[in-house]
Formats: sequence, C-alpha cells, structure tokens
Amino acid sequence: MLKITDLSARVAGKDILKGVNLEVRAGEVHAIMGPNGSGKSTLAQVLAGREDYQVTGGSVTFDGHDLLALPPEERARAGLFLGFQYPVEIPGVNNVYLLKAALNAKRKSAGEPEVDAYEFLSLIRQKMKLMQMSESFLTRGVNEGFSGGEKKRNEVLQMLVLEPKLAILDETDSGLDIDALKVVSAGVNSLRHPERAVVLVTHYQRLLDYIVPDQVHVLSGGRIMKSGDSSLAQELERRGYDWVMESQVA
Amino acid sequence: MSSKSQDVEALLAQKYRHGFITDIESDSLPPGLDEGVVAAISRKKHEPQFLLDWRLKAFRHWLTMQEPTWAHVHYKPIDYQDISYYSAPRAPANAPKSLDEVDPKLLATYAKLGIPLHERARLAGVAVDAVFDSVSVATTFKDKLGKAGVIFCSFSDAVRDHPELVERYLGTVVPPGDNFFAALNSAVFSDGSFVYVPPGVRCPMELSTYFRINAAKTGQFERTLIIAAEGASVSYLEGCTAPMRDENQLHAAVVELVALDNAQIKYSTVQNWYPGDENGLGGIYNFVTKRGECRGRDSKISWTQVETGSAITWKYPSCILKGENSIGEFYSVAVANNYQQADTGTKMVHIGRNTRSTIVSKGISAGHAENTYRGLVKILPSAAGARNFTQCDSLLMGPKCAAHTFPYMEVKNPTATVEHEASTSKIGEDQLFYCLQRGISAEDAVNMIVSGFCKVVFKELPMEFAVEAQNLLSVSLEGAVG
Repeated sequence: MLKITDLSARVAGKDILKGVNLEVRAGEVHAIMGPNGSGKSTLAQVLAGREDYQVTGGSVTFDGHDLLALPPEERARAGLFLGFQYPVEIPGVNNVYLLKAALNAKRKSAGEPEVDAYEFLSLIRQKMKLMQMSESFLTRGVNEGFSGGEKKRNEVLQMLVLEPKLAILDETDSGLDIDALKVVSAGVNSLRHPERAVVLVTHYQRLLDYIVPDQVHVLSGGRIMKSGDSSLAQELERRGYDWVMESQVA
Repeated sequence: MSSKSQDVEALLAQKYRHGFITDIESDSLPPGLDEGVVAAISRKKHEPQFLLDWRLKAFRHWLTMQEPTWAHVHYKPIDYQDISYYSAPRAPANAPKSLDEVDPKLLATYAKLGIPLHERARLAGVAVDAVFDSVSVATTFKDKLGKAGVIFCSFSDAVRDHPELVERYLGTVVPPGDNFFAALNSAVFSDGSFVYVPPGVRCPMELSTYFRINAAKTGQFERTLIIAAEGASVSYLEGCTAPMRDENQLHAAVVELVALDNAQIKYSTVQNWYPGDENGLGGIYNFVTKRGECRGRDSKISWTQVETGSAITWKYPSCILKGENSIGEFYSVAVANNYQQADTGTKMVHIGRNTRSTIVSKGISAGHAENTYRGLVKILPSAAGARNFTQCDSLLMGPKCAAHTFPYMEVKNPTATVEHEASTSKIGEDQLFYCLQRGISAEDAVNMIVSGFCKVVFKELPMEFAVEAQNLLSVSLEGAVG
C-alpha cells in the first residue's frame, strides 16, 4: 500500500531524512520508534505533504500512485490521514462543521453524494461514544480550549469518521493518562481492517501494549536502523535506543 | 462545502457581480455646486422653507470647512464641482403607486441584485424601501406598518407627510456642521429613508433598504433618520452595492438614530460598494457619518456592520450615551483586499450614569490593502459607573497588507471601567495545513478560518444577512492566500 524508497528530506536547510526505506502492506500496523530528533515527525509531515518540508531524493508510492506528486488535500482524499502531534486550534470554526466538510470533500472526490445531515449526526454520535467524548464537543470550536488529551481523542475521532486507508498517528499517545490511552487504543483498533493500514509514530512502548504492531522500526539519524516484530519494542524498552546504535556500529 | 467552492469560482468568473449599469434616462442636474444647485434640489423636491434654510446654512458652513486629512487613507483630491448632485430616474408624469407601475427595467435591476421585491418582501416578511440613485421608487408593506403606527418611508415622503417630525429631529444627532462630509450631505442630500416607531410599539418586521448608485458621475448623498419613541424597538437592515466604473464615485451619507426612554434600535449594514479593480482603479469613496443618540434612560443602540466593498471607507458609527443606564454596541467586520483602504471604527461617548458600551472590531487585510481601526471611548465627568469593553482583532493574509489600530480613550470619571483587548494574527500555515490534510481545499479552508474569526460579529446579524455576509467574505477574499 505504501512504499517508501530512499526518501531524503530537509527542513529549514537541514537534512533530516537520509534515505528511508519502508513498505507497509494492507492490513498491517507498523510502529516507528526512535529517539528525539531522529526524523519521525518529519517523515509523517513529508508523507502528508507539508509544503516547507523539502523532498531531496527518493520516491513514495501510495496504492501504486506517486504520492509526492499530489498536493496535501488530494493525498487526504485518496485516504491518507495524519493524526497530528500538536492539533491546531481554529477559533470560531465548529468542530463538527470541519469534520463534515472533510468527509464531504472526500466523498465528492470519490464521486459520492454529500452526507445527509441526520446520518452524519448519528455517525458522529456513535464514534463519540466509542471515544468517550461529551456532547458539548458538538458545539465547540475546533480544538478550541481542548486539553491535550481531548485534542488527541479528537484526532482519533476524525480518523474514525473519515475511515482512511492509511492512518499515520504522530505521537497520538503522548500526554495521555492510562485511561485515555486505552480509549484511544480502542479507537485505533476498531479501525483495523484487512484493507487498511496504520503507522504509529511513538516514543514509548506503552502504546504498543494496547495496539500490537506487526512490525516495529527504529528510526535514527534519518534512517531506519533496525526492524523487527513487536518483541523489538519490548527489547528497546529494556535496553534503550543506544543499544540499536551500538549494534549497528558493531 | 464542495459545491460551495464551485459557487465561489462561478462568482469569481463574474468578477464584480453587481457591476451592471441600468439604461434608464436620468433627470440629472449638471455637475457643479453653488447655492443655486442647493435651492434647485430643494425646489425639485417641493420642500418647505425650513428645510431650504437648513440646507443653505449647511452649505455656507461647508464652504468654510477643510476636507479632513487625519484618516489613514490616501486619494487624489475630489473636485466637488465635477459631481452631479441630483439624479432621479425619469418617471412617467405620475409617480408609481404600486410595484406594477414601476419601470420593469428598474425591477429587473433589483432582481439582479437578488432582491425581487414581490417574493422577497412577502416571503421574508421584510419591508424594502429601495433607493435607486436618489429617489425612492417602491415602498412595500407600508400598510402593515401603518396599522402598527410605524412610519417607514423615503425621506422625501417624510418631508411632505410628516414635516413636524423631520423638523424636530433632523440634525439633532449629526448637526449640519459636524464635519466636512456631513455638512456637504446636509446641503445636497436628495433622498434616503425615514423611520418613526411610536411609543410602546415593537416594529412588526425587519426594515430593509437597498441603496444603489447607478448614474455615472453622481454622488450619492442619502440621509437616514430613525426615531424610536419611548419603549419602542426596531431593527433596520441596510445593504449597499454599486456598478463598476473606472472613475471613483463619492458616497457621503448621514445616518441619525434617536432612541428615547427604554427604546431599542438595531442597525445592521452589509456594505459591498464597488471596491475598484485589482489594480486599485475605480471604486466608491464611502465617507459616511453614522451616529445614534441614546437620548432616554435604559435605551439601547446597536450597530453591526460588515464592510467588504468601497475603494475607501471612512466610517465610524457612534453612540452618544446620554440617558442613564443606556447601552451602545458596535460589532464590525471590515475586509480590505487588493488596494482597498478602510479606516473605520466607532465612538462611544458616555454622558449618563451607568452607561455601558461594547466594541468588537474584526479587521481582515489581504493583498496591498490598508485596514485601520480607529476608536474613541470618551467618559465624561457625569458618567459615574460607566463601563466599556473593547476588543479589536486583526487578521492578515499575505505579506503586503497592513493593519493599524488607534484606540483613543478619554476617561474623566474615576468610577468608570474601561477594558481593551487587541490581537493581530496571520492566517496560520498550521491551520491551513490542518484543513488541507483533512481533504478540504485551500479556498474552503480560508473561508472557514475567516468565518470563524468573524463569528462573534456575524451572530449579531439577522439570519438572512448573516448568510449574505458570509458569501460576500468568500468572494472578497478569493485568491488572497495560496
């Protein structure tokens, strides 16, 4: 589904990604771990099409199409979703309104009619229940005055409504207490499907207790240094990232 | 959302949508201004002596005045002798008594503007007093209003039918010599709207006027006077638009509001005069004096404006809070794109005890535009316990526009409370990217972010106006980002 080949990218004149190779197949969940500053978030932003992140080499295909040739909104409509590490506030814009606009943009590009208002409301209520969000959320502005945990739940809620083929969740677990982590994990797990894939970007193994990945990758210095199954995450938890670096040198 | 973006494109393809010119013979005075012209206007309108004297006094005063230069706007000097001060559609010998008698071309013009008088008025329950150039051509719902005792008519009709009310209130809020443009208007105003709501009456419908400047090289000088007597209330809507021309046109209106004890007046404006083209050629100079006086105790005057048009806007709807416990409000969205210049704001003058005022101003600048908020909060020694809250926010789109805020405060009573908040922000790349990543187009995203920014003002507008205002914003800001 997603094939990244020798991807290099720079931000503000600094090379961050230095030849990333990664393949994610439908039905899989991948975790990308690594120390601070290793390029995890940059990878997520580049895949989503952030303008100020400059691709300097390599290629990315998504469902066989050249992903890097598409503007960000078309990547989204094609089924790529980014759960933001720091979701922005958009004052005065209703949360539900944004979500409806997003869903309709996607439906339109798929040649489907706009969603019926009543159906939409019942869909969103059902997903909100799963995410244990209060009704007041319906009338609030986009992330306006949300706590860190609420923002993350909101990201997952958007993902559930949009049902992307590929969800990239950038540190969706950070800042969550254990109860919220369980809720968010349940949300992500509910989306698992043979036709979909999830890429989790995270610092901590903790998340992977609830969302068990098929593959774990360690990104460091702009490259994937090591890949393995879910036991790799546990080993990282015990031995730290330095262990990966040392084993590479050896 | 998706169909909305098509609408925006369609609207853009049409450029300035209201830029058509109706081909009707005008009965105009030749360009030029002297006492003879002032007298001719008065004579054409069969005015009583007091009004002619009033006009001439204003004109003589105007001659002694200098055009103001303090506003943060730039334009070439206006040649006041090159303007025609009167233009009326040439009507058949008898003035139309019903819509059926109105020139069909004129009605078609209104239809293009989106106000088919019959349907719109009936369906929406809105009485429309449509001002075409200078003469009021059709007034609907007069009867229904008449039953409630509400007088809603053209200014000329008011002068003819209710001269005592006109004489009593005209110029009592904006005196003829108030400022350069008000003095000019007082001398040469040709028509406008008049509203009187008698004591204890709540006006049974929203009152609405659409103004339109049509004939080339005519200035439009309309005069609006609204009086809400003791315990009365009224909501008045004003929509403005003008055809596209290369030369600039002057619009110098005066609006006076009087609220007596316990009365309420809500005055909403959506202004979309032609702003000039993307290079700054043409467009309306909108130099308007709007002021309301809360003359009675517990009265309230509320101004809401959405300003998207005009090459230059110079406008400060104000409240004189004379009555004890009276309330003044000002909610404004001002958009300036391309080479538009807007210098707008309000004055709240607190005279009575425990008077309160609220100012919420949202300025949006794009292109090479200059957008200035200028506000004065003045608390006189008599205004014990007065309170003001002011919030001014500016949103910048692109690197070449500018926003300025000049809040003046004069507080002469120590028991008064005055609060001021201000912010300037750019449309965030983060906000934009967030929307794009959700599949929303850049155009729709910008509309959404801007509407969110303006929401507190839009919710003060009557429903149908809020929709129109939102559409206008989308069109005005097309292409400003991205």
